[in-house]
Amino acid sequence: MKILVPVKRVVDYNVKVRVKSDNTGVELSNVKMSMNPFDEIAVEEAIRLKEAGNADEIIVVSIGPKAATETLRTGLAMGADRGILVDYDGETEPLAVAKVLKAIVDDEQPGLVLLGKQAIDDDCSQTGQMLAQLLGWAQGTFASKVELADGGFHVTREIDGGLETIKLAAPAIVTTDLRLNEPRYASLPNIMKAKRKPIDEKTPGDYGVDMAPRLTTLKVEEPPKREAGIKVESVAELVGKLKEKGAIA
Amino acid sequence: MLTYPFMTPERTAFRDTVRRFIEQEVKPFASDWDEAGEIPWALHEKAGALGIFGLGIDEAYGGLGFDDVFLRAIAGIEMGRAGIGGAMASIGARNIMTGPLQALASDTIKEKALPDIVSGRKGGALGITEAGGGSDVASLATRAERDGDHWVISGSKTFITGGLKASYFVIGARTGGPGLDGISLFFVEADTPGFTRASVGAKMGWWSSDTATLYFDAVRVPAEHMLGEQDKGFLAIMNNFNMERLAMIAQCVGMAEVCLEDSTAYAVERHTFGKPLIKHQVIRHKIADMSAKIDALKSYLWMICHTIESGSMPVAEIAKAKVLGSKTLEFCASEAMQILGGAGYLRGHAIERIYREVKVMAIGGGSEEIMRDLAVRQMGV
Ligand SMILES: Cc1cc2nc3c(=O)[nH]c(=O)nc-3n(C[C@H](O)[C@H](O)[C@H](O)COP(=O)(O)OP(=O)(O)OC[C@H]3O[C@@H](n4cnc5c(N)ncnc54)[C@H](O)[C@@H]3O)c2cc1C
Repeated sequence: MKILVPVKRVVDYNVKVRVKSDNTGVELSNVKMSMNPFDEIAVEEAIRLKEAGNADEIIVVSIGPKAATETLRTGLAMGADRGILVDYDGETEPLAVAKVLKAIVDDEQPGLVLLGKQAIDDDCSQTGQMLAQLLGWAQGTFASKVELADGGFHVTREIDGGLETIKLAAPAIVTTDLRLNEPRYASLPNIMKAKRKPIDEKTPGDYGVDMAPRLTTLKVEEPPKREAGIKVESVAELVGKLKEKGAIA
Repeated sequence: MLTYPFMTPERTAFRDTVRRFIEQEVKPFASDWDEAGEIPWALHEKAGALGIFGLGIDEAYGGLGFDDVFLRAIAGIEMGRAGIGGAMASIGARNIMTGPLQALASDTIKEKALPDIVSGRKGGALGITEAGGGSDVASLATRAERDGDHWVISGSKTFITGGLKASYFVIGARTGGPGLDGISLFFVEADTPGFTRASVGAKMGWWSSDTATLYFDAVRVPAEHMLGEQDKGFLAIMNNFNMERLAMIAQCVGMAEVCLEDSTAYAVERHTFGKPLIKHQVIRHKIADMSAKIDALKSYLWMICHTIESGSMPVAEIAKAKVLGSKTLEFCASEAMQILGGAGYLRGHAIERIYREVKVMAIGGGSEEIMRDLAVRQMGV
């Protein structure tokens, strides 16, 4: 089985993002970029499936600028076998990405597409679901456990009420939640090996997809600053204040 | 911010890996380990799995099969950024003894020791310093006498990093007359009869590092345990110092960066006299000075790496940069502590730990005095 893992280049999760002074977006120049953490979990899961003998090839794909090659190299250094860069400089929206991914799935015929449940830049949480719809495949989202079973997959999902296990027919789409696994560190020998692994360079045009955004960003602003609280002298005063605010009857 | 032309994608990726490793596997435990006076052995193995002990070691012995001094420096900087030099010294000690093993040991010894040391399963340490003196290596007094097809080693070593737990040692011992022409290197296993060890006792810093005194009471080792030629050990020891010092310079960079970053972050948050600390000119100057010194040190380090990668060993520059490194760290630790005020003086704070670790960087691996002397001697005067 082949596994396809789409990976997105995003602002590193440790970076404190700042809104640009012209309110058109967030500051991206001189900011550390990394692989979306949920995608890292997806790569890790794919590698574990391969190590367990359940997959024979892992392909990482990124739709983004040339610099996303680094993100692909990270995936290759973790243990993926080859990469595909779909070179595109503009903003990527879930539907356009899902369409490109569908075309790649048609080419590559993977048995499983493992995606992050969302990217930490726009937090859309849509690409996996849209891809499942475009392909007409089964989907297991927010996975905290993935097992091969009955010729398909058993996927345990994190839902509000607890955990739900569903049975998917192969081929399928799975999106990863935080607790699925702890991604490994790319070791130095594997970083050096990744240098020699192939990365195909494509464009959205090669897949006949128009990436033009369908959404317009009107304005990006900092969240309002939290106002300083007040100190109360006694429990009675606290209860009084809460009643005043209508928080308690 | 400076851009360095030496950062290839692989070097950047390696830096990211080590940085994340340190953030997740070391920093959260730093204070506890320091207080406990030791680190869990698992840290040796986890670090080994990253491949950081394999530079310059053949693939056949679990190494990487290539060397890149930039990668050594990058590992050093990131390890310095852990803000717990003792733990890093403890796992890194093996790096100053695997070089001589790779270069000089027989295939049998390499096969036996290197894979376990490089993977982190077992420890290795280098024993040069003796109670009688560390700077004057040429005067070391531990003796090895030939007896049939064995050498019999008698004497002791002290201040040996990693020495309490290491399974394997590379030590210097006298096989000939006095002076630098009578010294040879030996491979010694910890379970050899006559070998014993003890802790050096409480130290100013590097609490989590196991620093040992080693005793050799007629320790018999097979003749093939002599590394390299008889009486030619001094040169090997001196060559080996270069990479040890380079790693120490890199650690000074990383530790000084922590001083700069932690104190800047604190100055932004802390208010005194009605405004953030960072808005007071005196504090801004401290931050500018720390930053400038670190830039200079780091740039120096990268140029030294570049020179080495281009095929020559800048012995004098390594020595000078080591002095600049410990001086920079001393300055930054002190200024950072001033900015933090009382908060930085509390045990458990990285700056407090780093402050206690400055002096070992100024003394170990060749003291500031000896480094300056060496640098000037390289000028032929
Ligand atoms: C925590 C720690 C870990 C260490 N780990 C190791 C290890 O793993 N392996 C190992 O072999 N050693 C190790 N050392 C030893 C270290 O290398 C020595 O401490 C160092 O070389 C200095 O030797 P010394 O302490 O004997 O001081 P000395 O040589 O006695 O020197 C004392 C002082 O005099 C100065 N001095 C000496 N000679 C001169 C001179 N000619 N001119 C001017 N000044 C001079 C020195 O700079 C120093 O300031 C470690 C030391 C420490 C503190």
